[in-house]
Amino acid sequence: MKLTSEEQQIYNGEQGDTLAKIMKSVVRYGEIFDAEKLVPVNKPVHLVTSFGVSMLKPVYDLMDELIENNIQTKLPFTVDPRPVDHANIKYTLPEKLVFKFMYGKQSFYENQLKQVGLKDDNAFTCACYHQEVGNIPEKGDVITWSESSAVVYANSVIGARTNRNSAIIDLFCGILGKAPEFGLLTNEGRKAPWLIEVNTNSLPTPQILGSAIGIKVMEDVPYIKGLANHFANMSTESINDYLKELGAAAASNGAVGLFHVENCTPEAIELGAELIQENYETYTIDEAELERIKESYPILWKKPEAKPELCFVGCPHLSLNQLNWWTDKIAESLQKNGREILQLKTIFTAAPDVVEQFKKDTVQFKKFADTGARLSSVCALMNMNNPIMARKNVITNSNKLRTYTTSRYYTDNEIITQICGGLK
Amino acid sequence: MRRIEMKKVFKGRTIISGTFTGECVVSKDGINFLATFQKSLLKKSKKVIGGDQNNPGLYKKRLDGMIICVPQSIGSTTGGIVIQTAAQTGVAPAAFLFSKHIDSVAAAGVVLSDIWSDKKIITIDNLGDEFLEYVKDGMTLEIKEDGTVTVH
Repeated sequence: MKLTSEEQQIYNGEQGDTLAKIMKSVVRYGEIFDAEKLVPVNKPVHLVTSFGVSMLKPVYDLMDELIENNIQTKLPFTVDPRPVDHANIKYTLPEKLVFKFMYGKQSFYENQLKQVGLKDDNAFTCACYHQEVGNIPEKGDVITWSESSAVVYANSVIGARTNRNSAIIDLFCGILGKAPEFGLLTNEGRKAPWLIEVNTNSLPTPQILGSAIGIKVMEDVPYIKGLANHFANMSTESINDYLKELGAAAASNGAVGLFHVENCTPEAIELGAELIQENYETYTIDEAELERIKESYPILWKKPEAKPELCFVGCPHLSLNQLNWWTDKIAESLQKNGREILQLKTIFTAAPDVVEQFKKDTVQFKKFADTGARLSSVCALMNMNNPIMARKNVITNSNKLRTYTTSRYYTDNEIITQICGGLK
Repeated sequence: MRRIEMKKVFKGRTIISGTFTGECVVSKDGINFLATFQKSLLKKSKKVIGGDQNNPGLYKKRLDGMIICVPQSIGSTTGGIVIQTAAQTGVAPAAFLFSKHIDSVAAAGVVLSDIWSDKKIITIDNLGDEFLEYVKDGMTLEIKEDGTVTVH
């Protein structure tokens, strides 16, 4: 890799051994992917490592070294959600013990994050790009994010440029203000070797469409045709929410870091079919294919016929628009069924800043709270990632949560039916 | 009668160089480092038993000190620090042999282990599909610094 004289000085240790190790890590990482240079990072990083898991001693040692040397990111950063929320979720004693064992270093680690540049106490969310949170890049900005659902959103919906980085590399790039140029940072790397033809009569469920695409293309870039015509009567907010859900499913069921939607996403509007590589492959998705994909999900509950014990909605974290949508839907459904409260413990998750904003609308928040639903900023995935929670019969509308845990996937409408119960 | 020893040689790209001869564990599925290593690392066990139920090739198999042969890595982007943790605590595999191009998570993991924990995990990628078809659990592999892997 060709370095500038300033970069070379850092590499050579002229600004200290720790900064030299950071530069060497980023350079070697980039060289593995044939990066020829480092390019400036324009906006704050978003880190994936939000959890103080006791086993990650090397991370704590590394952070200590950064702190001892007064090394911080160039811009205040955001980070994934906290793994546990004792304030808003009632845990059983065994759950509390497991969390204490697993995340015993949480406070210690959060303190370390603050010292290396964490934005603030509210910066814990996987959806940092929501207006209320404010870590929002612009089209063409180079960023170095690592949370897979945020990476695919930034690349696809916003048109910013980030690779699907690994933990710690994201932080190092934020410290240097530089990223190795390869993959999704390049024009060539953003071209699609896959054409996805959506051939459905109505708007497909984004979580299943994203899943189908992810399973098929894995880490490749898909160019999606036949979808935007279903967006005709949707607001921009709702379209972005839809694409967020689609992207998170594609990123977790495969490893998609960027997708283009014809006549919709920024680069597809600008470049159209020029984004499709020569010799591309085609994958046609119709209702039958979506059904096949949904039916293929394994049921990991010990007793598949058992009743659900818990429902998580909001992986990735919900937008304000989505929180309002869910509030209206569940309130309406309860009223129709002659019921007052949800029939299943249900936790909706959103960024702390989004939750604060939602609570400011006191009428809407009361409507939500009166259903008995819980609101948290926890990471549903990390919350479930332990032996006790893994044994619980959890349902979710998140294909990402389904992929990484024992939870069972249902569409939004199926979730509403389950949590609101039938007619009384 | 003299027994003829059959050898097959594959050549990949060296990411972290080193020489090693040892036994391999093979999976046709991508390795999810978090799911595979988490349970053993949390228990601070002196050995790593594959903990990812979704990867039958590695599940319940001993992985520390072994040569892991997989197409590439998948899953959480926290995987890199999981590798570094395994390396620093002395329970990392001896080598990662990827049939495809290494992905960003594994790349970060072996680079961080080398630079920040001073632990080299021999890593070779681009060994090809035929390599992964050929190798089987328990085979002895001889790895050389130039990325040559000899299957004995």
